[in-house]
Amino acid sequence: MSGPVDARAVAETVTDPELPMLTLADLGVLREVSEHDGRVAVTITPTYTGCPALETMRDDLRHALRDAGYREVEVRLALRPPWTTDWITPAGRRKLAEAGIAPPAAAPRTPSAGPIPLALGSTVVAVPCPRCDSTDTVELSRFSSTACKALYRCRWCHEPFEHVKEI
Amino acid sequence: MSFDNAYEALADADDDARWAYGMDCGDPLSGLDDPIPSDVDGDDLAAYCLMLGDDALVMSHRLQQWCTRAPEIEDELAIANIGLDLLGQARLLLTRAGHADGSGRTEDDYAYLRDESEFRNVRLVEAARGDFAQLAATLLVFSTWRLALLHKLTESGDPVLAAVAAKGVKEVAYHREYAAGWVIRLGDGTDYSRERMLAGLAEVWPWVGELFTPHEIEVRLARFGVAVDPSTLRAEFDAVLAGVFAAATVVPPEAPAMATVSGRAGRDGVHTEAMGYLIAELQHVARAYPGATW
Repeated sequence: MSGPVDARAVAETVTDPELPMLTLADLGVLREVSEHDGRVAVTITPTYTGCPALETMRDDLRHALRDAGYREVEVRLALRPPWTTDWITPAGRRKLAEAGIAPPAAAPRTPSAGPIPLALGSTVVAVPCPRCDSTDTVELSRFSSTACKALYRCRWCHEPFEHVKEI
Repeated sequence: MSFDNAYEALADADDDARWAYGMDCGDPLSGLDDPIPSDVDGDDLAAYCLMLGDDALVMSHRLQQWCTRAPEIEDELAIANIGLDLLGQARLLLTRAGHADGSGRTEDDYAYLRDESEFRNVRLVEAARGDFAQLAATLLVFSTWRLALLHKLTESGDPVLAAVAAKGVKEVAYHREYAAGWVIRLGDGTDYSRERMLAGLAEVWPWVGELFTPHEIEVRLARFGVAVDPSTLRAEFDAVLAGVFAAATVVPPEAPAMATVSGRAGRDGVHTEAMGYLIAELQHVARAYPGATW
């Protein structure tokens, strides 16, 4: 180890700007941390192309690593393979649920050949309420306070809640 | 890194450009390994990136104009989020154009300092804001076409186009679902909502033909497996829309394609009257205060 603290361990403490209960590692956007002669290269991947949190993630990683004593920090971007909610770790899913945000189910597969099917009508799998576990919930909006979440309401406990939508 | 006080974060002595401070976002493709395919002309690739990037940029701008004007808060959020996704796609594509033509121009140079005739978007996305049904119609047509295009573009020989497409496919699939939901709800709703939906579709339909008319640059790059020839997308587009129209109990409009100007249209930089006003609004601050940061 050439730095004062293991660079990966430092990068893994950085949290997501919009889902602060999760680290970037929990979210699955932290792809690679490599260290050579005190220089650190971190590779991250954006959740959504237009996600404005990406710049903050880059800065937060640079700050955390510099505070830990690394003078040269490079944050790289990997677009491919694209981020999927399947990369959110089990710990990340638990933390989301504890914060009242329903974690995503398995992401739909993009077919490699043939058109991408368009689902008309209600084919959305029931999302369990993170407060009372009821599956009697209804989607209010596919889009919510951030690009990655949808807005739901529980018909049983009547509470609204957010759901990290499968992508 | 967390700060208790937002101003402390902005004034952080440790310098780096923070998002929304100076808006010096930097190259969004920084650190991406992105050689130009060796057999491809850099100017052609740049022009193609501008075509797909300008489609997204102009559509995003029109969607942003719906902020505070949507019928319900849920739709306000949806429209803004769709606009944000497209803006993200535009940023990467415009940046890639600056790499491909070797000019080193940034996304801001392309967005804010080009004249109307240098924009290469299709004319569909230019129309001034109409009613909500027209928005649903425009978004259905646009996202159905763009999803089919991006899906094929995931196989592109240009690694950046392939990556942007792979990411975009997931996003645009949600956009299409949202638009289809509203076309069905309004078309199969009350007599009045149906009337408005049909009027919205009739407004949009003359611009559909242009989406599938290949430009010579698209044809050239398609031969190298870098671009998608849009004429190959029509069958999928028609099939998807037939399903939506059947569920919405509407019959697709019959309208002749809008004329070109001596065979030239949006991809050649020939635009509609609405485009000049749109660009004036988009570029006003950047033109009035060159190099300003905030």
